[in-house]
Amino acid sequence: MFLPLLLGALINLNGSGRYIHWGFIQISVANFVVIILMIVVFVLAILLPFPRRKRDGQ
Amino acid sequence: MSIDTGVPAHAPAHASAPEESRQWTARMRHAAESAFPPDQLLPDRQPAYMASWIYVFGVLTVVSLAWVIITGCILAIMGPSWWHVSSTGHFVNSLHLWSVEAFFFFMVIHLWGKFFMAAWRGNRRLTWATGVISFLVSVGAAFTGYLSQQNFDSQWISTQAKDGINSTGAGSVFNVLNFGQMLMWHIVLLPIGIAIIAGLHVLLVRRHGIVPPFAVGDDDAAAVTPATTTAPAGEPA
Repeated sequence: MFLPLLLGALINLNGSGRYIHWGFIQISVANFVVIILMIVVFVLAILLPFPRRKRDGQ
Repeated sequence: MSIDTGVPAHAPAHASAPEESRQWTARMRHAAESAFPPDQLLPDRQPAYMASWIYVFGVLTVVSLAWVIITGCILAIMGPSWWHVSSTGHFVNSLHLWSVEAFFFFMVIHLWGKFFMAAWRGNRRLTWATGVISFLVSVGAAFTGYLSQQNFDSQWISTQAKDGINSTGAGSVFNVLNFGQMLMWHIVLLPIGIAIIAGLHVLLVRRHGIVPPFAVGDDDAAAVTPATTTAPAGEPA
């Protein structure tokens, strides 16, 4: 019960959605956050080294 | 005691190869074995260049799709009175939603990665095309899923979508205000379409191999088969 209360306190999901207006572009904050997260994960997937298993004798 | 089988004594136990090869079952078997050799269908070694996080998003998408289908089957078995009322139903309903969120999240990153490495190189055009089509069909499945929620959200989405869809003329056969029709599209037709196209997509990946990065492949990015691989599957080189 604690976690839902904490999340509910951080993000108010009961009201109407919030939107970003930028010229002719209109996007909800939730969708904007998801797109930013995808870009971050995409960049990290390219930059972060893939773990390699050490072989015997190396 | 002998049994007369009607087969001459000098005839071989099995049909001769030329006769067998004319049968459609044999021809299909030979074609399948030629297109998808078992060691290529389920390889135990992968190219060394696959040791990158960008190559994991395809399988993450498939795993998310498996969760979508599993949770969707549970919802179909138990019914709306269960997923709307009971706490366990709410939980599985939420699992269904969040597995869809994960499915699209991973699929879009997979799409970006394959776009920037021009994954259609090396005769992989059909692999790319099936990926694009499965993405579009998935958008339709997600849309009809939103329409099947039976809440104000689904009412809002359907009334907003009807004018756009009706303006295309598709509204005569795809009526977003018809809940029963949208539910059938969501749980029967579109899942069948996604399963077939995504399955074909995975088979084509196995058939032509994973596309190499620009630095590794030649200009034509010739198909990389397991014979050229260097690292065991699951163990980067």
